[in-house]
Amino acid sequence: MADVHLPPTLTPLFAGLPRRVEIDAPTVAAALAELDSRWPGLRDRLLEPGPTIRPHIHVYVDKERAGLDTAIEARSRVDVIAAISGG
Amino acid sequence: MARTMLLIGTRKGLFIMESDENRTDWKTRGPLCESWPVYHAIHDAASGSIYAAAASEWHGSTVWRSNDLGETWSNSSEGLGYGDDDPRKISKVSTLAVQDGRVLVGVEAPGIFESADGGETWSLLSTLAGQPGSEVWDDPANQPPGHLGISALMPDPDDPKSFIAIVQGIGAYETTDFGGDWTPRNRGLRADWPREHEEVGFCVHRLVRSPTDRNRMYQQNHVGVHRSDDGGKSWNEITGDLPSEFGFAAAVHPHDRETFYVIPLDPGHARCMPEGQAAVWRTRDGGGSWEKLTKGLPQDHAHLGVLRAAMSIDRNDSPGLYFGTSTGQVFASTDEGDNWAEIADHLPTIWSVEVATVD
Repeated sequence: MADVHLPPTLTPLFAGLPRRVEIDAPTVAAALAELDSRWPGLRDRLLEPGPTIRPHIHVYVDKERAGLDTAIEARSRVDVIAAISGG
Repeated sequence: MARTMLLIGTRKGLFIMESDENRTDWKTRGPLCESWPVYHAIHDAASGSIYAAAASEWHGSTVWRSNDLGETWSNSSEGLGYGDDDPRKISKVSTLAVQDGRVLVGVEAPGIFESADGGETWSLLSTLAGQPGSEVWDDPANQPPGHLGISALMPDPDDPKSFIAIVQGIGAYETTDFGGDWTPRNRGLRADWPREHEEVGFCVHRLVRSPTDRNRMYQQNHVGVHRSDDGGKSWNEITGDLPSEFGFAAAVHPHDRETFYVIPLDPGHARCMPEGQAAVWRTRDGGGSWEKLTKGLPQDHAHLGVLRAAMSIDRNDSPGLYFGTSTGQVFASTDEGDNWAEIADHLPTIWSVEVATVD
């Protein structure tokens, strides 16, 4: 199970969504699809049409900047960051 | 007793100010909508719901809704997009309206989405495809951010299938079949720049319609204040001796079609009230002459800006007029603009003010 860390801007939008979620998925895209199945609408908050990761959302897998196709290992840590958006 | 409610969209969430019918003592709630930037919010009198158009730099665009006058909120963007294969992107949802039982939202890049289930799901109603000017906003090179959107939707109170959409920097278009066909409504407007089409290329900042006469409309344009007596088919300039032809906000008296308000602004970089003196200007004769209204408004280094959706007027016998500023003040008048009071300060940048009367 990968350990997915979500930004604090996301959790108030979905009932019961914690900051950390354990997900069994082979890629970032699959992990987000799994999250969306559990919290419908979550995908739209992180991705825009394409699909691509939203410009100010950064995803890291084991501390490396990741894309939707990036592979996730069973013990990976996935960080989803709300980044660089001013004050 | 009926309550007067101001829905104030700001850069840091929605705020709701409430008062009784006297409109002298106000209580403020907020920030609501998780402090998302809220560009516009409306109250749907038929359903009792509040809708707020919001866009987050991080999490994209959505429409928030509350069925209990702002106590609890949910949001949905399901269907609110042009699709994975379309080069057009939605950078924000700009404006809301309710017409014919549907919630309408205007977005950037220009398009109108509708919801028939109270904001649970959305579907594309129109992009004004094929209209003169659409080649500009449909061009993939001109996609937002930094490009133009639908800045307002104005339902026709007498015809549930008719409404006007304003495309920022392009002009007003009217549909009479709920988004099927469109007709530009800009004839007679002034433009101080080259235009590619005769009927469009005008910068309509704010367009309002008299509640007592559907054919009487006014608009604050980038260049000038204009009046229509034929439901927008033609326009005549009424800028007269206003201190600036430029401004954003406008409001028309709910019971007198000849009374209309604007807030002239410096057209340069400042885009604030001239001379650092806050003023609303009123005509009582359809634009034949103008009065400067300043009583109760700050007159010393009051470099206030008011954006296009940030002035509203209620429908009381003595109508209340309200405007919010880019620096977070809200001013109110309950005597048609003769006297003003500051009813809020220190709010975030205000983008919109809508008033609702609720039981």
